Amino acid sequence: MTTDLGMPTHGDSSPLDSRDASSRNGTAGVPRLGDATALTKKDFTSDQEVRWCPGCGDYAILAAVQGFLPELGLKRENIVFVSGIGCSSRFPYYLDTYGMHSIHGRAPAIATGLAATREDLSVWVVTGDGDALSIGGNHLIHALRRNVNLKILLFNNEIYGLTKGQYSPTSHVGQVTKSTPLGSLDTPFNPVSLALGAEASFVARTMDSDRQHLTTVLRAAAEHRGSALVEIYQNCPIFNDGVFDVLKDRTEAAARILHLTDGEQVGAGDTVVVRDERGSLAVVPRAEADPTRIVVHDASAEDPSAAFALSRLDSPDLGHVPMGVFRNVTRPTYDDSLREQVASARTGEVTDADIDALLAGRDTWTVGA
Amino acid sequence: MSTKLVQKLDRVVIRFAGDSGDGMQLTGDRFTSETALLGNDLSTLPNFPAEIRAPQGTLPGVSSFQLHFADHDVLTPGDAPDVLVAMNPAALRANIDDLPRGASIIVNTDEFTKRNLSKVGYAVSPLDDGSLDAWHVHPVAITSIAVEALSSFTDLTRKEKERAKNMFALGLLSWLYTRPTEGTESFLKSKFADRPDILEANLAALRAGYNYGETTEDFAVSYEVAPAVMREGTYRNVTGNVALSLGLVAAAHRAGLPLFLGSYPITPASDILHTLAGLKRYGVATMQAEDEIAGVGAALGASFGGALGVTTTSGPGLALKAETVGLAVSLELPLVICDIQRGGPSTGLPTKTEQADLLQALFGRNGESPVAVIAPSTPSDCFAIAVEAVRIATTYRTPVIVLSDGYLANGSEPWRLPRTAELPDIAVEFATEPNAVDAKGEPVFHPYLRDPETLARPWAVPGTPGLEHRVGGIEKADITGNISYDPDNHDHMTRLRQAKIDGIADTIEPLAVDDPSGEAEVLVLGWGSTYGPIAAAVRQARARGERVAQAHLRHLNPFPANTGDVLRGYQRVIVPEMNLGQLSLLLRAKYLVDIESHTSVRGLPFQASDLADVIAAAAASVSDASVKETAQ
Repeated sequence: MTTDLGMPTHGDSSPLDSRDASSRNGTAGVPRLGDATALTKKDFTSDQEVRWCPGCGDYAILAAVQGFLPELGLKRENIVFVSGIGCSSRFPYYLDTYGMHSIHGRAPAIATGLAATREDLSVWVVTGDGDALSIGGNHLIHALRRNVNLKILLFNNEIYGLTKGQYSPTSHVGQVTKSTPLGSLDTPFNPVSLALGAEASFVARTMDSDRQHLTTVLRAAAEHRGSALVEIYQNCPIFNDGVFDVLKDRTEAAARILHLTDGEQVGAGDTVVVRDERGSLAVVPRAEADPTRIVVHDASAEDPSAAFALSRLDSPDLGHVPMGVFRNVTRPTYDDSLREQVASARTGEVTDADIDALLAGRDTWTVGA
Repeated sequence: MSTKLVQKLDRVVIRFAGDSGDGMQLTGDRFTSETALLGNDLSTLPNFPAEIRAPQGTLPGVSSFQLHFADHDVLTPGDAPDVLVAMNPAALRANIDDLPRGASIIVNTDEFTKRNLSKVGYAVSPLDDGSLDAWHVHPVAITSIAVEALSSFTDLTRKEKERAKNMFALGLLSWLYTRPTEGTESFLKSKFADRPDILEANLAALRAGYNYGETTEDFAVSYEVAPAVMREGTYRNVTGNVALSLGLVAAAHRAGLPLFLGSYPITPASDILHTLAGLKRYGVATMQAEDEIAGVGAALGASFGGALGVTTTSGPGLALKAETVGLAVSLELPLVICDIQRGGPSTGLPTKTEQADLLQALFGRNGESPVAVIAPSTPSDCFAIAVEAVRIATTYRTPVIVLSDGYLANGSEPWRLPRTAELPDIAVEFATEPNAVDAKGEPVFHPYLRDPETLARPWAVPGTPGLEHRVGGIEKADITGNISYDPDNHDHMTRLRQAKIDGIADTIEPLAVDDPSGEAEVLVLGWGSTYGPIAAAVRQARARGERVAQAHLRHLNPFPANTGDVLRGYQRVIVPEMNLGQLSLLLRAKYLVDIESHTSVRGLPFQASDLADVIAAAAASVSDASVKETAQ
């Protein structure tokens, strides 16, 4: 068959230049716009009425994403948003790209099949704490371990919103919700620690209300080739209002948010993060810190121990919260490697004769004539 | 020695039985291959435990492989073996009840030790106590003769030499039934290419077995079964799972789509994953997913991107995939789900066959969620059914569930090779242009504006400029695909989805009835893997002068358009199924026709002779009734 389907046919040309993951941008292989045809936020805004609750943090994230996407310079039709179920998962309807609002927890699996077969797409997953960490936990960890070239935006509001206020896998112990009138009993996940444990090659944390930081993190995620998990602290004004408020107050934030910037000391206000004799991290007053023990951030460190240790500085009272890119390392992606296996096995266009030979196999016999 | 008698037979059923580690499946496979190349028609039935290595020498560890070959067309693996090869006492004990008196038993006497006998409850060796007098027993010290034949292989341990005993048995049977061994020799050469000592030992054991038959006086006669008269063409032997895999590849090629398989290992479907994983040369991408749900999810994601998304599983996996199949119903995207059925419920009988997922396939999802359901009738029919699944999935943009089963999956038969160029033309066209104009007269794309004939919606894949759209599992407004909670719209869309699936009946063959007499008043109707046993039973009944019609459904949803007319044309309709009457339930409900359900869930295919008795009883009652009518 020679029908031109307008689809990439891997392997018909010489192996892609891009096999060397270290030199590949996250959007390599995705068709780009000509310089003269830049898109704007408006081009990414669909005609659908946005139906989140007034004051929902999702509005800010939507605006940031719509504002950021033109910067990628990609053809709009080559961008796909896949979501699961939950308030955040309505996201694709409001973006004028290709999109799929799928089923609860399964978006990473669905997006994996899409990314594996379509190198020419920029594939984004939008999910929430219940969707990604509870019903879809298995798909999330396996997408991260495979390092599929997906950008996963995990909106974490520490509550179930769409089902009206039950506790989630990130709710803190003792949290009183409709389903935990005497306080929740289970230990929450730390999404960043979980992702690092699942071999994620890119893990970051940002916040709905800090558009500039959010955009910076989205940019780094988009550039990363492989799975990028971006945890976005997001406020649910109806069922868990104000859960991140202390991080939104300028003074409080300055004292609590540990900004992760490559090559810079990790600290907040007059505190810094130091490594103690046993290798653990601790936040101490800058004045008391041994300068040789102050942690200087390096997201590209091969060893994930430092990133993991940083993720453990979280505390339920949000006393210290690292924000930024925890880890950003290069390793082969599942989708590129799968395409490479197929491409290197192929010997050219498959003909009817090739299929005839395949059907015949090795042992045939002929009757008559 | 070469003056031994050669006797001609028209058909033989052999069962190889031994411990799970004895290599009986391989022995059976190789004997089948030799038999296929000789031109006999054949049918096979592997039967093995779910445990990989059950305790050695025990009844649960017995693995067997049955082969029926003949100089005429063969429909089943045979009801009862003419020859049993029993490699140990457990194999004898597990199989003796299936063996008609007068059949032959070749036993490996080396394994009939006190310990092995007591493991299976023999107080005295059945070889010594006269309990096998009704059969022709050939005692052969298979292990020790094989080891002795390998005495010059000083580098091999005794254990390694003992492992060649299955090749000795194969050699002996090859001589006994005049099979060529060249195919097995070249098979061994490629299998053990990097272990020359093991290769030589296996070849030596194979030859020793062959020569043993020729020289020993215990075997006075060897047998020939002449090639069967078969339709002109080129043939190969094929199992259902391989045929299904090849069908998917050929269909994807004809459709012009890359094939993507998302799958999680499960018995008896895993061989499809293994087979397709080895076919990357043909542009096939396979992904072993983290679970059943991810397998079908990835396949659906691939379909959204314009590939042919396929997932393979068995009953428990189909249950897990149900929600995603429902999503595919809502998204109206092509998706092929292959359920290789096994005994249920729950884990059930993983390595045994059953047809009890029919209602799960039709109705095992929330909401009104119609999908196409089709089933192959023989191992080689799995190829054609795969092509049909892809045709329906791509033409109607719908999930299609293929119901194969363990019997078809692992059983094999000769397959007359089709020509790829002559397969149905199922080339797919994606949407490339807007298909409507908005109020301002601007071109727009409506993802749920349907083809008036098939009711299929356009397949607009990401990367197509101007057709950006969103799909999802929330109910969509007709035509635009926007979210809609409107009551009338939901009613309309629910009926549209059903009408689309019902409309598939317009493009499938009518149900064909085989009734040479033209006067039958009894119809036997089956679906799926019961075709062989039903056809064999019908043949037996007709040979006894009974008039009986046979029909077989390959399309279970929708049924062929003439199904009701066919059913109403007979006084009695018998539906044999390997479940408790699932197709009968559907037929009664849909056509208000009384169905006589005949069922068996033993994990094994029907015995043709049992079905023939059922047919005979029905035929007799019909003729009694007509006699009475005449008398009145």
